[in-house]
Amino acid sequence: MNSKVRDTLVEGVVPSVVALMIALVVGDILILVFGESPLAVYRLLLEGTWGNAYGLGQVLYKATTLIFTGLAVAIGVRAGLFNIAAESQLAAGGFAAAMTGLLLPATVPAVVAIPLCMLAAMAAGGLLGGVPGVLKARFGAHEVIVTIMLNFIVLALLSYLISAHFHVPESLHTEEIRTGSIPRLTAASSYFAGSAANFTIIVALIAAAAVWVLLFRTRAGYELRAVGLQPEAAEYGGVKVPSVVIRTFLISGALAGLGGINYVLGYKHYYEEGFASGAGFLGIAVALVGRSHPLGIVLSALLFATLSQGGLAVNALVPKQMVEVLQAVVIIAVMTSIPEVRRALRGARPVPAT
Amino acid sequence: MIMLAFLAQTLRIAIPYLFASAGGVISERAGLIGLTLEGYMLGAAFTAAVGSHYSGSPWIGALCGIAGGVAMAMLYAVCSLRFRANQIVVGIAINLLAIGLTRVFLRFIFDSSSNSSRVAGFGSETGGGLAALVSNPLIWLGLATVPALAWVLYRTPFGLRVRAVGEHPDAAASVGVRVNRVRYAAAALSGMLAGLGGVYLVLDQHQFTDQMTAGRGFIAIAATIFGRWDPVRVALACLLFAAAETMQIQLQGMKIVPSQFLEILPYVLTIIALAGVVGRAVPPAALGKTTEPV
Amino acid sequence: MTTPGSQLPGSPDVAVSMQNIVKSFGAVQANRGATLEVRRGEVHAIVGENGAGKSTLMRILGGLYPPNSGVVTVHGRTVTGWSTAEAIDAAVGMVHQHFMLVPTLTVAENIVLGRELTRGPFMLDRMRSERAVADLAMKTGLLVPAGRRVDELSVGEAQRVEILKALYRGARTLILDEPTAVLSPREVEELWQVLRRLRSEGDTIILITHKLDEVMAISDSITVMRHGETVEQLRTADTNPAEIARAMVGRDVALPAHAGSTGAVDSRSVALELKDVRVRSTRGTVAVDGLSLAVARGEILGIAGVEGNGQTELIEAIAGLRDIESGSITLSGASPEDISDSSVEARARAGLSHIPEDRHLRGLVLDYSIEDNLILGMHRQFTKSGLLDRDRIADNARRQIAAFDIRPPDPHQQARALSGGNQQKIVVAREMGRDFGVLLAAQPTRGVDVGAIEFIHARLREARASGKAVLLVSADLTEILALSDRVAVMYGGKIVSMQARAEASEESLGAFMTGASRVTAA
Repeated sequence: MNSKVRDTLVEGVVPSVVALMIALVVGDILILVFGESPLAVYRLLLEGTWGNAYGLGQVLYKATTLIFTGLAVAIGVRAGLFNIAAESQLAAGGFAAAMTGLLLPATVPAVVAIPLCMLAAMAAGGLLGGVPGVLKARFGAHEVIVTIMLNFIVLALLSYLISAHFHVPESLHTEEIRTGSIPRLTAASSYFAGSAANFTIIVALIAAAAVWVLLFRTRAGYELRAVGLQPEAAEYGGVKVPSVVIRTFLISGALAGLGGINYVLGYKHYYEEGFASGAGFLGIAVALVGRSHPLGIVLSALLFATLSQGGLAVNALVPKQMVEVLQAVVIIAVMTSIPEVRRALRGARPVPAT
Repeated sequence: MIMLAFLAQTLRIAIPYLFASAGGVISERAGLIGLTLEGYMLGAAFTAAVGSHYSGSPWIGALCGIAGGVAMAMLYAVCSLRFRANQIVVGIAINLLAIGLTRVFLRFIFDSSSNSSRVAGFGSETGGGLAALVSNPLIWLGLATVPALAWVLYRTPFGLRVRAVGEHPDAAASVGVRVNRVRYAAAALSGMLAGLGGVYLVLDQHQFTDQMTAGRGFIAIAATIFGRWDPVRVALACLLFAAAETMQIQLQGMKIVPSQFLEILPYVLTIIALAGVVGRAVPPAALGKTTEPV
Repeated sequence: MTTPGSQLPGSPDVAVSMQNIVKSFGAVQANRGATLEVRRGEVHAIVGENGAGKSTLMRILGGLYPPNSGVVTVHGRTVTGWSTAEAIDAAVGMVHQHFMLVPTLTVAENIVLGRELTRGPFMLDRMRSERAVADLAMKTGLLVPAGRRVDELSVGEAQRVEILKALYRGARTLILDEPTAVLSPREVEELWQVLRRLRSEGDTIILITHKLDEVMAISDSITVMRHGETVEQLRTADTNPAEIARAMVGRDVALPAHAGSTGAVDSRSVALELKDVRVRSTRGTVAVDGLSLAVARGEILGIAGVEGNGQTELIEAIAGLRDIESGSITLSGASPEDISDSSVEARARAGLSHIPEDRHLRGLVLDYSIEDNLILGMHRQFTKSGLLDRDRIADNARRQIAAFDIRPPDPHQQARALSGGNQQKIVVAREMGRDFGVLLAAQPTRGVDVGAIEFIHARLREARASGKAVLLVSADLTEILALSDRVAVMYGGKIVSMQARAEASEESLGAFMTGASRVTAA
């Protein structure tokens, strides 16, 4: 194996593996604090997720949303940008999809309605993504704070729209959409009986493949990655860096927004306040553990979804909130091991004198 | 009379912001991004509740809270300074860690997923009123933080070094200042100050509730930016945001302006400040730059 | 001329003595037995071209790193390998070329940082600090506004603050590294007055410079370095620029009476033309000062000069990476095209190629593979309906790797892993492999092994032979003389001489590069 491939693999995989091991250790400690046996807990976790049909369905369902938000964050990271607003873009996308599904008459066939709703979701997320993009490109405003602030603003505005105008009485959700529902997986096979898993997962996998093509096979992706790696060299190569910043944020927002259809079109068939429930922030973890690579993101999304669903399964033994602790530990562990691994690799191979 | 009540409530709301944003100022001035204020507040609030619960004394509780805040700050500092991890991501993770740990131990110690048991505190049981306000030592401490921070930052050698390290760490190092040592100290102070914000909340309400900080740490960082990292301006920003919040609460029944619109005011103002529409908010030059040079 | 070593190191007159200093950085030998002797109370200049080892020697004296071998004595005390802290304690202070000042703090705050004056245990005594600074300023003639923020100062004032920083810490021996690089002529005069005043107080000053006019103006004694060694130790009063230049370059110098014929260019064959171009540096100073030149098809125009005289900004401006303040840049392909405001991409399309001076920052995306780097800047041409044409990219890589003998010949290898020479070959292969009319080559063989140097030079000659116009900027005189048809020298943002190759020599160029010609003219 030539050294380039080996180095890429090492730099890509080792930090994630190290992080997971550290998380495992921390998990063990916490489980013991609660007086339970780690082995018993892990077994229950696996049984409750991959071990039964309903659990597996739930894992697939949760992973679907995480794939979208993970891709959204990852494409930003590849360009050297941080999209912390995936959470609100996700919510806004779901809202837009719900509104479209409500506005379209029921007679519109699914094959037209679903794409229209998807477009609405992407447009909503993308437009919101454009805000930090433009502010950064034009004014140099740091996108981290802008996106964090935007989260609060957008979620508050959505809350207002629901509570003041669109909610069904006694609830925090809209009416059911008239058209544009995406069938559950149970429609195809009875295996996933009762779970929320639906065919949005196909869309998610297609999105992952599309992002892969974009990043590694297109000119736009070539320029995007160059901007993230060495903006001075990109500028030298004729790339217009501010345009790339704006474009990247638009795509990132659109991806996050598209994730909203999982809940709105595929599960409940309405928009409900708070449906995002942290998937936007988890997307950051998914992207990092997945090393901002679509394949890594899919695997990482499955991992985090497993943890999340597993938390529910083991709730009898240990608090499901432990999963949140583990998620945070994984992020910290990955972020601290990346520079360490990089330093170890560079130290081993002497940099030629210039 | 209404004016007085309005001021009293604004002050009550502002105190946690004053504490936390003071932590934000000292941290960011030294070059460490202050996204973690929310996590410090929450973690400190919980440890304060635990301390007060077991000792029966709010003072012990306060000390425990401070310890909790400092501990989280040290974790953040080690990741950023020793391991050169990306501050932004680690910061977000620390906030998530605080949420997770407080929830886990809420279950473990208090056997509840929503709140702790009643603990000894400072605030009056019946809440409200100027008298209750005056009797809470944390109120005075919170107000004192503003001049104290300004004094430390502008009139002590430590403050000078903090400012140097946050703007041009190489220049500071060239005259023998131990850059990372200054940063660790600033982080500890930031954890203590933001922690006091959380301590105040818990001891005022006499219990810890799940996620009780509810984003106050982010309002604090918004105030830090909006106030351009200057203690006095930041304090004014805190009062402004607190006043808006008080207005929102008072107008709630009246449906004049939707509550959410007032709620988002701090965030909108911060974005405007960052975009430079009304003068530019230029952060300390070395802010966030502790990652490994590639 | 005193013979080296005539003053015993232990004699009270000698402030600094450095004997047989050897210092290597990996394979690079920066100092190979350098010697220095500075008497107390004099201004001593260390001169030499780029890479002579002057800065390294002074950094060893200043305590930044120890020598591999040799002895350093200060006032009779052996201090070899000491730290900066110890050096500062022993009253040896270094004033760096790139200022170490915190822009948002005041002058007084910058000066006392790290050694603050306090009132009581915790409080800064601002009044006493400002007074101490003012007193020191008055005493030394280094007038500075103690309460003003550093980012409001002029460059000359900022430098004075740097000097005061060293003096505040008690420095009696001052080392200044290229102090006039950023100063205007008037500020240079003011600096001389300050140095003279310090000398009269008994302080010792060591000045690193490559400018002979300054050496003659201010120094009492001179050490000339070349290739890491000391080649001459002179007393300024007993010598002259010609002698110094000869020592710097190693041969007899014949300063030309005038700047030589301009070797005018036939206007019909001009490929690149600059008229009165003015460019600002990132710091805000004028880096290129109303410069005009023309490069013809089928010629290599070499610009010689010590780095820092505006060459970087000039090339960046032509390439489109830096805005020009005034003037115009014209490219002539089929017809003249004003590219003064064009984007980088537009200039490339108009036939401009650019080998940047910093391949690590600009020339390559180090984490990209060789084949991906070979298309940087022309990646649009390897695109088909938005998708990268992987086959053509691979094909291109195969050809270029073979043609330029890039090693290791694996197109998927990360550029970061290659040696300097091979990295540069990627850049050269790419820039010369595209369709171009004008090539900008900035320091094209810096940090490159001998074999690769030959190769790159051959390619540059080929370009000329096929009618391309090449603008070559290099700090390496041998390279300039080996390749150029016409040779210009850049000094202080201007072209100070333009000669046909036949008239140019290392000695005469060296003289222009060091500003010596200005001395004889004056």
